[in-house]
Amino acid sequence: MENLIVTQAIVIFLLPLAAFVIQIFLGRRLPRQGDWLPTSVMFVGLILAVLILGRVLANYDPAFKITRTFEWMKIGPLVIRFGILIDNLTAAMLFVVTLISALVHLYSIGYMHGDVRYSRYFAYLALFSFSMLGLVLVDNFFAIYIFWELVGVCSYLLIGHWFEKKSASDAAVKAFITTRIGDLGMFAGILIIFATLGTFGFEEVFSSVAAGKLSGGLLTLTGILVFFGAIGKSAQFPLHVWLPDAMEGPTPVSALIHAATMVAAGVYLVGRTYLLYSADALLFIAMIGTITAFIAATIAIAQVDIKKVLAYSTVSQLGYMIAALGVGGYTAGLFHLMTHAYFKALLFLGSGSVIHAMHHAYHQLNDHHSDPQDMRNMGGLRSKLPVTFVTMLAATCAISGVPLFSGFFTKDAILGAALEKAATSHDLAHWLIAIVLFVSAGITAFYMFRLIYMTFFGQPARREILHHATESPSVMTVPLIVLGVFSVIGGYGSWFKDLVVKPELANYAAVALAPEALHETGHEAAHTAHTMAMWLSILIAGTGILLSTAFYYWKKFSADAVAQRYKPIYNFLWKKWYFDDLYAATVLAGTHLFSRISGWFDLKVIDGLVDGAARVTVFGSWLSGEHDNRIIDGLVNLTARIVGWFGGTLREVQTGRVQSYILMALGAVVLLYILQLAFA
Amino acid sequence: MTPVGLTHFLVLSAILFALGLLAVITKRNAVTVLMGVELIINAANINFIAFARYLDKDLDGQMFGVFVIVAAAASAAVALAIVLNIYQRMRSVNLDEADSLAG
Repeated sequence: MENLIVTQAIVIFLLPLAAFVIQIFLGRRLPRQGDWLPTSVMFVGLILAVLILGRVLANYDPAFKITRTFEWMKIGPLVIRFGILIDNLTAAMLFVVTLISALVHLYSIGYMHGDVRYSRYFAYLALFSFSMLGLVLVDNFFAIYIFWELVGVCSYLLIGHWFEKKSASDAAVKAFITTRIGDLGMFAGILIIFATLGTFGFEEVFSSVAAGKLSGGLLTLTGILVFFGAIGKSAQFPLHVWLPDAMEGPTPVSALIHAATMVAAGVYLVGRTYLLYSADALLFIAMIGTITAFIAATIAIAQVDIKKVLAYSTVSQLGYMIAALGVGGYTAGLFHLMTHAYFKALLFLGSGSVIHAMHHAYHQLNDHHSDPQDMRNMGGLRSKLPVTFVTMLAATCAISGVPLFSGFFTKDAILGAALEKAATSHDLAHWLIAIVLFVSAGITAFYMFRLIYMTFFGQPARREILHHATESPSVMTVPLIVLGVFSVIGGYGSWFKDLVVKPELANYAAVALAPEALHETGHEAAHTAHTMAMWLSILIAGTGILLSTAFYYWKKFSADAVAQRYKPIYNFLWKKWYFDDLYAATVLAGTHLFSRISGWFDLKVIDGLVDGAARVTVFGSWLSGEHDNRIIDGLVNLTARIVGWFGGTLREVQTGRVQSYILMALGAVVLLYILQLAFA
Repeated sequence: MTPVGLTHFLVLSAILFALGLLAVITKRNAVTVLMGVELIINAANINFIAFARYLDKDLDGQMFGVFVIVAAAASAAVALAIVLNIYQRMRSVNLDEADSLAG
């Protein structure tokens, strides 16, 4: 059975890759530009993922784990292994990813109809699905880093799908660079792991951590560094600024990548490497998540672009998940990842449907100036877009934590975990975390119902819109309905809680630490905390919804008047806490300044040195030339001249006349004779 | 009257050599110069024979004399061929004009 699951998982994993390769090379020549190929591949993947999940559920086993690895490369003593790890979390993630991906593919057929780069769009979607599935399947840090970057690339390509638009290409670059900052930390963390433990494999790393080979401050540092990857990818404070801009991409992409899957990869990463985090690292994670949840929620109140609201909502919800993991609510955080994927994908697809309708209506009215994404232009669309309205309302109830919807169970679990941690740890930080998370939950309910009221109730800016707005085709509404069903029922049952249990270091230690005893402590407090959290969260969500209704439905208070009255606060929120301006003033300006200094340094110092070296060389060459010309050549010429002089002188003797030679020989003999007489 | 001895022959040989040398150095005609060369060679031959007769009293010197006559004949033949070639080239056997090897 194990082999069957492994085979199915590999098929799920590789099918989108095959679809990508075919689509990118042949897509334009296939009928319908090949949109059916990645779509059907994803549905096949979905079926296989359901089979795997079904088998995992049928053979209930919290410790279920299959690994298959092989040696990938060997460089001297360095061995890098590559392999897949399938456990309950992977099975659940496979299901979520294939489900959302398949529905988004289907939806895109309607939404992207007639797009200039239709076939390429589907190719990139397939590549993304492949990368995301790889990310949840692999069993070591090295491989997860590869897929981590691959999903980043796909995100970049798809945000910049309409790259003719400056804002879209800017957003793509911003997303890419901002996440890269986090990835740098992750890379450093992975290097520390490899340097100290000599392995990349999750299992080996956890065993080593359990055995105390990596501990203390270094373990905390490593955990925080690896978590940096999640900060970037999951748009956590302070690197959250790229996600709202990423909304420049097509809406289905926002649903798939920037709501349901890729941005949740950071949460998955923390969940997958949970044993790497020391108590200090977890507190850091919880604080980052909480700050993110709060900041993003407050910003969402003031935004008017429907996708921006959803983007900040996503950032905020990701903060919840991260915070949940940080306070020890492992199952709660990952469960929220799953339900959030359903309802946030639904919200984005629904907003896409709304934008589609608005765009269509404006097109009919020959209005090319009004922004079809601006909620101030919308209103009263509920009768025109009934399916979109009902499904989005379900998703909004889910995200706001209305009882009996999926988000209620998971958010409740997170808040319960935060409260439990605060109650058992008795430190101020954890109490603050719990309180801020509760407040943010109320804000979430407020701004989400604000979105619903502004979009579907009241009157649009131009009444004629209502005559032209029509419901989207069924290829777009069917995914909405499917996700709507999941948004309602996704939180029921205890199957997820049973399957995905918090990993314990004790399971990796050679000597087990009697896990039973650990579980017993604080059980009573936990129960109380969870009950209290449930009532509190209902109360707070109710307050948020009530306030929202009072403002935007009953119009008891005027939102504009309040904004006018508290103008500084409103501006602060409207400007998104000035994060972009802050980064423009510090990081961007700093980078520009640094570039200018570097340029100056290059021009003056480096070029000066190079020019100086050149001048010295020229002088040396001149010197060497003079030496050659004058001294060496002079010696050679002198020799030649001496020889020439001798030759010129002696040639006089060579008369060519035989008799003169004989005479000379005679003279020489006579001379020798005289000499002989004189000296002998 | 003193009997004829070695000294007489040596004096004769020296006179002959001197005459030959005089002919070689002074004559312009190449053929006359060759004649002078023959006189010099024969002066040497007289010396060979005289020394063989008066000092060694064996036939070694006479053998050399015979060889020298043969060698002189051969060299005269070669030299005459050269003179003929010079004549063909310059239409003259005047040695003063044959100075094309001048440096």
